[in-house]
Amino acid sequence: MSVQNQKLDMLSLLKESGLAALIAAALALPLAGFKTFDVNGTLTAETRFNWVLVAAVVVFFGRMAISIGQKTFFPSMGQAAGGAAGSIGDVINQNRTLLLCLLLAAVIIFPFTPMANRHSLDLAVYVLIYVMLGWGLNIVVGLAGLLDLGYVAFYAVGAYSYALLATTYDLSFWICLPLAGIFAASFGIILGFPVLRLRGDYLAIVTLGFGEIIRVVLLNWYEFTGGPDGISSIPKPTFFGLAEFSRSGSDGLPPFHELFGIEYSSLHKFMFFYFLILALALVTNLFTLRIRKLPVGRAWEALREDETACRSLGINPTNTKLSAFAIGAMFAGFAGSFFATRQGFISPESFTFIESAIILAIVVLGGMGSQVGVVLASIVLVLGPEIFRELAEYRMLAFGGLMVLVMVWKPKGLMSKRNPTVLMHNDTNAKQGAAK
Amino acid sequence: MSDQSHEVSGVPLLEVEHLTMRFGGLVAIGDLSFTAMREQITALIGPNGAGKTTVFNCLTGFYKPTEGRLTLHHPVKQEQYYLEQMDGFRIPQVAGVARTFQNIRLFGNMTVLENLLVAQHNKLMVESGFSVFGLLGLKKYRKAEAEAIELAKYWLDRVGLYDKADWNSSNLPYGDQRRLEIARAMCTRPQALCLDEPAAGLNPKETLEMNELFHFIKEEEKIGLLLIEHDMSMVMEVSDHVVVIDYGRKISDGTPDHVKNDPAVIRAYLGEEEDEELPPEVAQDFEGENA
Ligand SMILES: Nc1ncnc2c1ncn2[C@@H]1O[C@H](COP(=O)(O)OP(=O)(O)OP(=O)(O)O)[C@@H](O)[C@H]1O
Ligand SMILES: [Mg+2]
Repeated sequence: MSVQNQKLDMLSLLKESGLAALIAAALALPLAGFKTFDVNGTLTAETRFNWVLVAAVVVFFGRMAISIGQKTFFPSMGQAAGGAAGSIGDVINQNRTLLLCLLLAAVIIFPFTPMANRHSLDLAVYVLIYVMLGWGLNIVVGLAGLLDLGYVAFYAVGAYSYALLATTYDLSFWICLPLAGIFAASFGIILGFPVLRLRGDYLAIVTLGFGEIIRVVLLNWYEFTGGPDGISSIPKPTFFGLAEFSRSGSDGLPPFHELFGIEYSSLHKFMFFYFLILALALVTNLFTLRIRKLPVGRAWEALREDETACRSLGINPTNTKLSAFAIGAMFAGFAGSFFATRQGFISPESFTFIESAIILAIVVLGGMGSQVGVVLASIVLVLGPEIFRELAEYRMLAFGGLMVLVMVWKPKGLMSKRNPTVLMHNDTNAKQGAAK
Repeated sequence: MSDQSHEVSGVPLLEVEHLTMRFGGLVAIGDLSFTAMREQITALIGPNGAGKTTVFNCLTGFYKPTEGRLTLHHPVKQEQYYLEQMDGFRIPQVAGVARTFQNIRLFGNMTVLENLLVAQHNKLMVESGFSVFGLLGLKKYRKAEAEAIELAKYWLDRVGLYDKADWNSSNLPYGDQRRLEIARAMCTRPQALCLDEPAAGLNPKETLEMNELFHFIKEEEKIGLLLIEHDMSMVMEVSDHVVVIDYGRKISDGTPDHVKNDPAVIRAYLGEEEDEELPPEVAQDFEGENA
């Protein structure tokens, strides 16, 4: 009996490993199997099938080792994964406030440390944009449970709103910012109204389509948006209308360093961008934390849990979803106008589907609804490819591997624990059930 | 069919007139009429697939009836609401008809207390100035939220879940989930409460507690209850009025004693004995089946 069992096990093990190796080979063939180079201006390729073989063999034995390891060390894989994940999550949760304060302090001090230079600040701004977008989409996907695959459309609306208003009407950033938010939110409502009756997959498909439509319109409406040429020389924000970031002031505004009587540094501009996006992201976060505890926030979560039950309690599902959709879009609009002013140039290239996919991946990977999870996931997903840049053509492979690892290790996302919005009892004993 | 002395008397709360619901060719409910009275428990019984849940789904706006009129006489607002014309979510919100589900529908990842606060959404929305006052943290909203928690606490005490208020509702044992769903429906402050098999899967002790809860709701809250239930001893004990349906048609209507001894009911539950005594519409159905 047991001998036969083992035999069967061996067979399934071989099968599993073989399948994994096959997939690896199939993937490796186009990725590593050919090396292209340039001979006298013509593109030629050299085959490297030995590389494919190496990949397949490594995956074969790797898969086998994982399976054997799982069976010997964690007889029940699901529980073991949950347990290990739980312990780290618990440590983080116990010292939550302290950790968050330290993190915030570090983030605020960072630009004044020697580590801050043009490159690191730029990278930090880049990550923070995604943190903000992640927090915004989190309202729609994480809280209200609406799978939105076209979030980048609202980001684009925000960016183009700012770019067009600032270049045509000479409006300042501080006036355009709320306007961009309002425009994006209006687009959210216009799209949401007919579409939010759909559920699940259907909603995902329609939002995906909407994202593409916006991009195609931006690409083809040449007179208005500049088409593929985009919009360039978008004005930079001023220091709250008091000063501007240049060596010598123009337009009647004094330069920043003169206003404060400090030495000129080209870094000031980058620091300003850094603090601007940090502030915008924190506003998004605080808003979400706050609204989660309000009736509308609870209704969003209830809608995610069970729409039928919501209707039986007198909650208007369309309006409630619409509010989540519009508010999520508004934050994307803010982020978009920041993006436009930082880049100084925007074109439809920046608003492709892959952006929506990355933002959604940030939310899902972070653990739906978790604010801290979004930060962690943004760092992994945005900094990851940057760090693996050294690996040249393998960086996407390394990046994909990392994502698979995270999904295996924590299938519910990095931070999957939900905090109740309100408690009846404050002692921990009574929370037993909640903690489970 | 039913003789006059066994008619139930009272002030009408919910009038169902000529309700018909067809799904394609299937007549799930055919020309059903009955009246549920204020401050009474009206039981809706019948064999599996008789159309009981479908009646609830029509009453609470999940289905639009093919034909018929559903009138709610609101005792407080002194108004009549035609439920078949209203949007589903407005029925609990405006007309005050709340319900529970045959297969429990809680907000599983939310705590027990949160479930009860979601039920008070509409009132809290107004109090929070559609979130504006709430975001500003005004006192008015904080007071309203404290009141909402008070109401939740009241019902949690009633159903014995106060200690578990901060539990995830999906972690509750089955019986607790059933009672939480009723508490949640009561937090909408309804005038009529529709309960779809609330005692299904409960043990005898829990069933007894459930009976007491129904009496409490009827007597203290002074609202009408509609009850779908398969447990006959429970139905006979707790209800003031019983409506029996079979194949979507009413076969008996009256006091529990009357219904218990009605030959049509006995036939529906135990199978027919004498063909000639079948009421014509039931006989038709039987013939349809035998053919
Ligand atoms: N949405 C629907 N589409 C098609 N048929 C339906 C639908 N809803 C109910 N029915 C049919 O209507 C009939 C009555 O169903 P209903 O659920 O009301 O029965 P019930 O009396 O609640 O039964 P039970 O005691 O098993 O809960 C059944 O034949 C069912 O298949
Ligand atoms: Mg039913």
